[in-house]
Amino acid sequence: MSDRLYSKDHEWIEMDADIGTIGVSDHAQEQLGDVVFVELPEIGRAVVQNEEAAVVESVKAASEVYSPVSGEVVEINEALTDDPAQVNADPHGEGWFIRIRVDDMEQLNDLMNEEAYQEFLAELD
Amino acid sequence: MRYLPHTDADRQAMLGVIGAKTIDDLYVDVPRSALLDAPVDLPHHQGELAVERALSAMAEQNLSGANAPFFVGCGAYRHHIPASVDALIQRGEFLTSYTPYQPEVSQGTLQMLFEFQTMVAMLTGMDVANASMYDGASSTAEAVLMANRVTRRHRAVLSGGLHPHYRETVETYARYGDFEIASQTLDPDGVQDLADLIDENTSCVVVQTPDVMGRLRDLTALAEACHAAGALLVAVVTEVVSLGLVTSPGEMGADIVVCEGQSLGNPMGFGGPYVGLFATRDKYVRQMPGRLVGQAHDSEDRRGWVLTLSTREQHIRREKATSNICTNSGLCALAFTIHLSLLGEAGFTGLARLNHEAAQRAAERLAGINGVDVLNETYFNEFTLRLSKPAAGVVDALAERGVLGGVPLSRLAPDNAAVKDLMVVAATEMTTDEELDALVGALQEVLS
Repeated sequence: MSDRLYSKDHEWIEMDADIGTIGVSDHAQEQLGDVVFVELPEIGRAVVQNEEAAVVESVKAASEVYSPVSGEVVEINEALTDDPAQVNADPHGEGWFIRIRVDDMEQLNDLMNEEAYQEFLAELD
Repeated sequence: MRYLPHTDADRQAMLGVIGAKTIDDLYVDVPRSALLDAPVDLPHHQGELAVERALSAMAEQNLSGANAPFFVGCGAYRHHIPASVDALIQRGEFLTSYTPYQPEVSQGTLQMLFEFQTMVAMLTGMDVANASMYDGASSTAEAVLMANRVTRRHRAVLSGGLHPHYRETVETYARYGDFEIASQTLDPDGVQDLADLIDENTSCVVVQTPDVMGRLRDLTALAEACHAAGALLVAVVTEVVSLGLVTSPGEMGADIVVCEGQSLGNPMGFGGPYVGLFATRDKYVRQMPGRLVGQAHDSEDRRGWVLTLSTREQHIRREKATSNICTNSGLCALAFTIHLSLLGEAGFTGLARLNHEAAQRAAERLAGINGVDVLNETYFNEFTLRLSKPAAGVVDALAERGVLGGVPLSRLAPDNAAVKDLMVVAATEMTTDEELDALVGALQEVLS
């Protein structure tokens, strides 16, 4: 089982020391449909837990991507600009959105692990 | 009897919900000087004939561009509109179909807008154009907002040669928006270097060509300076016919080109309705405001048109849309498209040449008058005169002699003492030798 953590808004975060990589879950990409555009924040921007960090646009809709925890953007996945379909093809890998330096590790406790997230999804159906 | 169904109690209840005491509280944003404190003092009803006579008598007090020698430009231009333009835009299929809400049903409207966009992109030398905006001034303000989004910076540099009404429109957007403006003042004696005003917070430099005094600007070096500093160059064209002769802003390196499209197919009409043109580079298309028509193919591979990239727009992105404009100047864009189609490329270039020749004739004649200097080293169809007297008084004196001689720059820039004696004169394909004789004669008289 991965140590990926999930929010109720279907974003995931994976920690490496105090750096968290953030993307949208497989369930989210499936709901979105074909992703055609991703708008990423500038490096250095402060993102706030449960507030908008990026925008993902699919053939169906434009949706906000919320940051599961607060922090400062240290890296963005520039590859998504040219190839947004990576979000669909590999949501938990190449389709990552941003990396942030997490402000408060305590906030990670608000998130679900893989098992809890799968249960959460099952309840949604 | 007034057909207002709400009782006083209804109104009080509604005001209570929104926290207003009286109906007048709803008008706090309207300047006091623009509010009436009593009913308009109109005479009682009269017969149709009497009303027609009264209104005709009032109208006759006007000196209009249609029946006087006319040299007024500065953002609105007197051009010939072929009768076929009016006849075609009044066809019910065009005239009654407003912004299509189920757009793909209206293939004719979409095809027309696609043609319009193609023409605008070709004229401006850009990759992509939208389906139009309200007018040149609102397009300019939208261009600044777009540059702010693209660069994530919040300071716009405005050239002193930008039409003051356009500058005021950008300032209005800035007042409630999140950006600063650094403005040059209009310098009649030369073109100041805008590159000095660019800093690391600058999102864009906005420059007009021909400028408000009619001077043409080579934007190449400025475009390079902008790009070196990570800013965008926004080029503004108020006289779109100039693009028939002058190198396009796109070829000179502009990132966004906005124009007033009135000159093609649309009457001056006291300042509107007009049509704003908006064009940019492919790479910025997602940050572009406004509607965009794209070409597509249906399941049987037939060509068709769709509204595309709508996720930029208000009905989908709500408050995060690229613009709060979610319509376009459809009918004015149609008139523009039909007029330009009738002209064709050769006809458009020919029209531009006629305009420039008319201005050349006018400049030569006017330069010969005592007390008149032509300031421009370059111009398309309008240029600026320095007069031996304040221009505002001269323009009034010319009007008393039945000639609409030009725009006194003091009217556009009342606080700029350097422009007090300057008058901008426009000539177009409509300008006759008789009109020019009348202007020359009247100006000689007024200045002597």
